[in-house]
Amino acid sequence: MNQPIKIVTVSDDSDGFVLSDADAQAIEHEKHHYEDPRAASIEALKIVQKSHGWVPDGAIKAISDLLGIPASDVEGVATFYSQIYRQPVGKHIIRYCDSVVCHITGFEDIVTELEKQLKIKPGQTTPDGRFTLLPTCCLGNCDKGPTMMVNDDTHVRLVPSNLANILEQYQ
Amino acid sequence: MSLSINKTAESHPLTWCLREDEQPVWLDEYRRKEGYVGVEKALAMHPDEVVGLVKDAGLRGRGGAGFPTGLKWSLMPKDESMNIRYMICNADEMEPGTYKDRLLMEQMPHLLVEGMIIAAHAIKAYRGYIFLRGEYVEAAENLRKAIEEAKSAGLLGKDILGSGKDFELFVHTGAGRYICGEETALINSLEGRRANPRSKPPFPAVSGAWGKPTCVNNVESICNVPSILNRGVDWYKGLTVNGSNDCGTKLMGFSGRVNNPGLWELPMGTTAREILENYAGGMQEGLDLKTWQPGGAGTDFLLPEHLDLPMDFEHIQKAGSRLGTALAMAVDHKINMVSLLRNLEEFFARESCGWCTPCRDGLPWSVKVLRAIEHGEGQPGDIETLEQLCRSLAPGHTFCAHAPGAVEPLQSAIKYFREEFEAGISGQANNLREIRGIQPNQQ
Repeated sequence: MNQPIKIVTVSDDSDGFVLSDADAQAIEHEKHHYEDPRAASIEALKIVQKSHGWVPDGAIKAISDLLGIPASDVEGVATFYSQIYRQPVGKHIIRYCDSVVCHITGFEDIVTELEKQLKIKPGQTTPDGRFTLLPTCCLGNCDKGPTMMVNDDTHVRLVPSNLANILEQYQ
Repeated sequence: MSLSINKTAESHPLTWCLREDEQPVWLDEYRRKEGYVGVEKALAMHPDEVVGLVKDAGLRGRGGAGFPTGLKWSLMPKDESMNIRYMICNADEMEPGTYKDRLLMEQMPHLLVEGMIIAAHAIKAYRGYIFLRGEYVEAAENLRKAIEEAKSAGLLGKDILGSGKDFELFVHTGAGRYICGEETALINSLEGRRANPRSKPPFPAVSGAWGKPTCVNNVESICNVPSILNRGVDWYKGLTVNGSNDCGTKLMGFSGRVNNPGLWELPMGTTAREILENYAGGMQEGLDLKTWQPGGAGTDFLLPEHLDLPMDFEHIQKAGSRLGTALAMAVDHKINMVSLLRNLEEFFARESCGWCTPCRDGLPWSVKVLRAIEHGEGQPGDIETLEQLCRSLAPGHTFCAHAPGAVEPLQSAIKYFREEFEAGISGQANNLREIRGIQPNQQ
């Protein structure tokens, strides 16, 4: 039984992704800051991520169309940079510093406590989708370590006993 | 900056304007405190004169490598037909143990903007970018506001202060990855590509962003420029102490388990002991200094006996390390060196861009060996394997300085604390075979 081969193509709405007019405009605006539209690719990914929480496949295609560069190049950039998420993440992103000065001031105790509170390991998201826990390199607060960021907020001089209070602020 | 030091424009050119309440210094206040005088002076001069002045002042790059800033500027092509040039500020501060550029950008954004305008005039750039790491949210906000203020005051844009000079400045924020701080990787990232370093030559001065002549300088280097224009070469050279051959002041600090970790603007040549004991308040109760890194994760460890060295490029290099960012890190006697090195090499292995094989494969290998030694499961030959990796990842084997920087702390830790590594080697080798002296290190 010879079935005709069905060619599956990735369409704009393959995962229901629609680039909003506001995001498209923001990306258009970014393009003008550079000699070449490609330079806006990282910012474009960040714009999409800001409105969707992460970067779905459809967004890669939409950005490649808007910037006139291959989708594979956009994907290459999206997977290279650690702050671009190609899979769904939690509503709040916890990024704890695991670099050398925080090693001395004791980030391991902080991670252990976070793992206990959230019941997840680094790289995972809580089942209720509230938090994603990620390590990050030096946050430039070495005189106030251990340190972490939750979304855009920086928290310094962490001690395991005050973590519950900090997490409480992010519902 | 909590110490009550009497700071003046003559003694603390980078930080004397800082406010007690740690709020940013905006345009009006900045101008009251000699702000943008340097730009006025620079614009009245020929670009080559500005380059000459910064060269004569002896300013060396504050990002870690210490390349003379004026010399870097003078490498821009003389060919006037190459008229599209870029001035880029490397504000991708991510070196573990470094927190200096953050302070300047958050609290003194106009100092950086002023420095960028002068630099752009010197190298004849019409457009500039501040490449800022994505996590520095407050710095991005403050720099953007400062740029808007400067634009409204006619200090940026077309015909700056009626001089005929045009310059537009953008803040470009990154999306993570330490390697973006490497000058050519930064240019690739700015162009919207993966941040792999480029092969050199050609150097960015000839072919940088979009193939155009480009100059990349660190935040603190650029922030030194306005006062050099304002107060001159002799004053700048005279700031130094302890017979140092380097010039000017430097943001220096000590972190780790010291009483008062922090950041201070000090003359080049200030001894590490003075910073540790007088400013950082010495080691915490019950802790002794075991070793220290003078300037970031990628610098060789030094011993307590080296504390009396003047902190400058020449003296620290003679002792077998590098000044780097001059933000030192104290390691106390309770810290195990193998665990510390495992942490450092995990960082470098994770942040390798993967472009060159020695770096991509060698660094995870070192992590594997260090983990085994840390757990007391090291095998005879493991230390030799680490030493061999230090040689294979030395300068000249990779496109950029990432891997060479990664092995600097490793080679010096093995040199000074070999017994701690030996303590993690247990029993006989159970590897099946040796490959020319390299242990396969099976899991």
